Amino acid sequence: MLDANPASARSPYDGEYILEVDNVRKEFPGVVALDNVQLKIRPGTVHALMGENGAGKSTLMKIIAGVYIPDRGEVRFAGKPIDIKGPIDALNSGIAMIHQELNLMNTMTVAENIWIRREPKNAFGLVDHAQMNRQTQDLFDSLNIRLEPKGLVGDLTVAQKQMVEIAKAVSYNSDVLIMDEPTSAITESEVEHLFAIIRDLRSRGVGIVYITHKMNELFEIADELTVFRDGKYIDTVPASDVTRDDIIRMMVGREITEMFPKVDCPIGDVILDVQNLSLPGVFHDVSFKLRRGEILGVAGLVGSGRSNVAEALFGVKPAETGDIFIDGEHVVMSSPQVAMGHGLAFLTEDRKETGCFLILDCLENIQMALLTREKVNGLGFVQQAEITKLAEEYAAKLRVKTPNLHERVENLSGGNQQKLLIARWLLTNPKILILDEPTRGIDVGAKAEIHRLITQLAGQGVAVLMISSELPEVLGMSDRIMVMHEGHVSGFLDRSEADQVRVMELAAK
Amino acid sequence: MAMQDTLTTTGKEMRTHKRLPAEVNILFVLIGIALVFEILGWIFQGQSFLASIDRLKIMILQVSVIGIIAVGVTQVIISGGIDLSSGSVVGAVAMFAMSFAQVSTYARAVYPGLTDLPAIVPILLGLGFGGLIGLINGSLIAYTRIPPFIATLGTMVTARGFAKWYTKGQPVSFPTDGFAFIGKGMMPVVIFIAVAVIFHVAMRYTRYGKFTYAIGANQQAARVSGINVERHLIKVYMVAAMLAALAGMVVAARGQTAQAGMGLAYELDAIAMAVIGGVSLTGGRGSIIGTAIGMIIFGVIISGFTFLRLDAYYQEMIKGVIIVAAVVADVYRQKNRKKT
Repeated sequence: MLDANPASARSPYDGEYILEVDNVRKEFPGVVALDNVQLKIRPGTVHALMGENGAGKSTLMKIIAGVYIPDRGEVRFAGKPIDIKGPIDALNSGIAMIHQELNLMNTMTVAENIWIRREPKNAFGLVDHAQMNRQTQDLFDSLNIRLEPKGLVGDLTVAQKQMVEIAKAVSYNSDVLIMDEPTSAITESEVEHLFAIIRDLRSRGVGIVYITHKMNELFEIADELTVFRDGKYIDTVPASDVTRDDIIRMMVGREITEMFPKVDCPIGDVILDVQNLSLPGVFHDVSFKLRRGEILGVAGLVGSGRSNVAEALFGVKPAETGDIFIDGEHVVMSSPQVAMGHGLAFLTEDRKETGCFLILDCLENIQMALLTREKVNGLGFVQQAEITKLAEEYAAKLRVKTPNLHERVENLSGGNQQKLLIARWLLTNPKILILDEPTRGIDVGAKAEIHRLITQLAGQGVAVLMISSELPEVLGMSDRIMVMHEGHVSGFLDRSEADQVRVMELAAK
Repeated sequence: MAMQDTLTTTGKEMRTHKRLPAEVNILFVLIGIALVFEILGWIFQGQSFLASIDRLKIMILQVSVIGIIAVGVTQVIISGGIDLSSGSVVGAVAMFAMSFAQVSTYARAVYPGLTDLPAIVPILLGLGFGGLIGLINGSLIAYTRIPPFIATLGTMVTARGFAKWYTKGQPVSFPTDGFAFIGKGMMPVVIFIAVAVIFHVAMRYTRYGKFTYAIGANQQAARVSGINVERHLIKVYMVAAMLAALAGMVVAARGQTAQAGMGLAYELDAIAMAVIGGVSLTGGRGSIIGTAIGMIIFGVIISGFTFLRLDAYYQEMIKGVIIVAAVVADVYRQKNRKKT
C-alpha cells in the first residue's frame, strides 16, 4: 500500500512483543517520575496507555525516544536492547512518535515538512521537488488524506496539521508508532478518519501506543491497555475485559489524605455570577455562581478551557459573548485593570511566564499590583515606607523564606515565589480570588501552608475560584466543584457527593 | 513564629547587607580608564590629564548633549525596547524649532512674516514635535506589536527625511538670544544634570519608573498585575523622543544654526552609553546613574585621545571595543549571579 515510500519495508517481527519496557526507573531531583514500570507492546495491536496528569506517561515516552536515560531497567525493541540517543535515532530504528504539541514548520510546504532530512535528490544533488510532491501525494492517497502537498503548513487548521504529522510518522514505515493524545485538537469526523488509519496500520503489523484520556476512544480502538499511577505501573489488561469504572479506579486508586485543612465556614450571598460566557473555539456557554466565603474548585483535564475561563474573568483574554455580574452589577471585563477595580485578583498558572518579575527583587514583586491602584501620591511618587511595612507584614504572615526583601525573586524556591505572588494579590484586598494551579510544583510543606491560607481567606468572606489538576486538592479544598470538559462545563458536584471517580467521569467523558 | 523572626531580624540588616549596586563596577572601570590616560599623559605629554579644569569642562560638554538623549534611551531599554530614531529627532526638531526661533532681521527660511518670538514658543513647539514622533513610535510598538527596532527604524528614516524636506536642505540660522541661551557656555551640562536628576528620581521613586522596570522584566506579568502596558509604553517612547528633541534644540542653539544632517548616529552613541553603563538590552535592568557614568567614560576616551594627540580613527575603534566588552562583562556578571 505504501510502496511509493523510499524507506525499505521491514520484515514483520515475529516475536511476542515488538517493544518491551522492563522495570524502568527514572528519578529527577526530589521526585521519582517512574518507579519500576513496564509496558509490553505486541505487533499489530493498539495499546492504550492511561493515567492522570503526572502519572509518568510523558517521561516514559521520552525514555523510549532517547531524550532521557533511565536510572534502571531496559527498553527492548524487537527483542534487542535499544540504544537511542534522540528522535532521529528513534526514527531510524523504527519507532515514530507523534507528540501532543505539533512540531511542524509553518513556513514550509506540507511535502517539505514530511520529507525533511530525507528529501529526494536529482542528478545534481539538488532537491527534487516534483518527486517529493509526488511521493507526498501517493502517501496521502494511501491514507485517504486530502491535502495539497505544495500548500504551506501555516495555512492549515490544527486538525489538518495533525493529519500531516500522522502522515509523516507513517512515512517512516515504523514498526512502532507512538501517539500522544492525537485527538486532543481534532473533530469527531476526523477522529473517525484517524481511527481508520490506525486500523489499517494495525492490520499491517505495526504496534501502536495510544496515549489518551478519553474513555470512549479507548473502547473503540484499543486492544490492550496499561495504566500508570503516580509513576507506578498498575496493570495491563485486554480492553474487552474491563469497564470504564474499572479503569477510573485503576487510574485514581489512592486514598485522600487529610492534608487539606478545609474548615467549613459560612457561605454568603452570590458575588460573582457568570452567564453563558463563550470564546469561540476555546470555551462555550460557561455559567456558574460564586458566593462570598465559598471555594469553588474547577477540575478538568489540561486543555479543557479552565485557564481560559479564568483569563476571561480577569480580562486578560476577554470572552466574546456572555455576561459577568459582580454583586449584581453587569461588568465588561475588558482588561485586568477593570477586573481589579471590581475586587478580582488572579494568580496565574505559570509562575515564571505570567507571574514573577524574576530579575526584580521581592519587594517590587509584592508591590506591583498594589501600585496600579493606590499608595501613590498625586505626583506619582510611591509611598514606599508604608508599602514596605505592608509587604514585610505579608511576607512574614505567609512565611516567605528569604534573607530580605531585596533578594531577587529568581533566587527563591518555587514555593516561596508562589507565596510572594499570593502576597502581591492579598495586598490589593481582593473580594474574589482566582487561583490557577496554586500549588503546582511546590513542596508538600508549602502546599499545606497555601491550603491553610486559602481556607483562612474564605473564612474572611473572600470568594475563591480554584483551578487545579490535582484531584485530591480540588476534592479536599472545595465547597463545590465545577468540572470542565473540552470547553464546556460538564457538571457541578457538591462537596458531599464528590469523589475522584465522579470527577474523572465528568472530566474524561 | 520562627520565620517571622528571621524576616524581621534580617529586615533590619538589609540596608547594611545590601549587595553592591552594579554601578560600582562601572565606576571602577571609569576610574581605571581615567588613570590609564593620567599615566600615559605623564609619560608622553609630561603633564596631568585630569588636573585641568578646562579639559574636564570640555570633556563633559562634548558628551552631555548625547547624554540627554541617553537618559531617554535608558528608560526605553529598561522597558525592554530600543529607540533608533533619536538621532533623526535631533535633526528634525532642530530644524523645526529653529524656524520659529530665528530673528526677524535676517531672511527667515520658513516663515518670512514672523516676528521675534519669545524662546519658550520654539522650545514648546520643538518638545511637542518630539512628543508627536514619540507618540507614533509608542503607538506602533504598543498596538501593532511590531518590534521596537523596526518601528523606530521607520521613524528614524522618516524624521530625517522631514528634516531635509522642511527647508529643502537649507540650514536655518541666527536664533534669538533667548533661544541661543540654552546652548550657551555650560548650559548643555546644566540641562543634562537637571534631566538626569529628574529621571533618576522618576525611575527609582515613582510609579512611572516601577512600571517601566516591571514591563521590561516581564511584560506578561506586568499586564496581569494590572499595568496598562500599552499606555505606559507610549509614555516611555514619548519621553525618549522629547528628550531627543530637547537635545536637538540645545545643539542648534549652541551652534546658532540647524542643519538637516544634525544628530546623525547620535542614537547609537546614546545606546552605547547606556549599555556601557550597565543597562541590559533584555530589559528590566539598569539605571540613570549607570548611564551617566557610561557617558563620562565616553567623554574621558574622547578627550584622552585628543590629549594624547592620537588620531580620531583610534577613538572610534576603541569605542567599539569598549561597547562590546561592556556587554560581555554584563553577560558574565548575570551568569555568575545565577550560579550563586
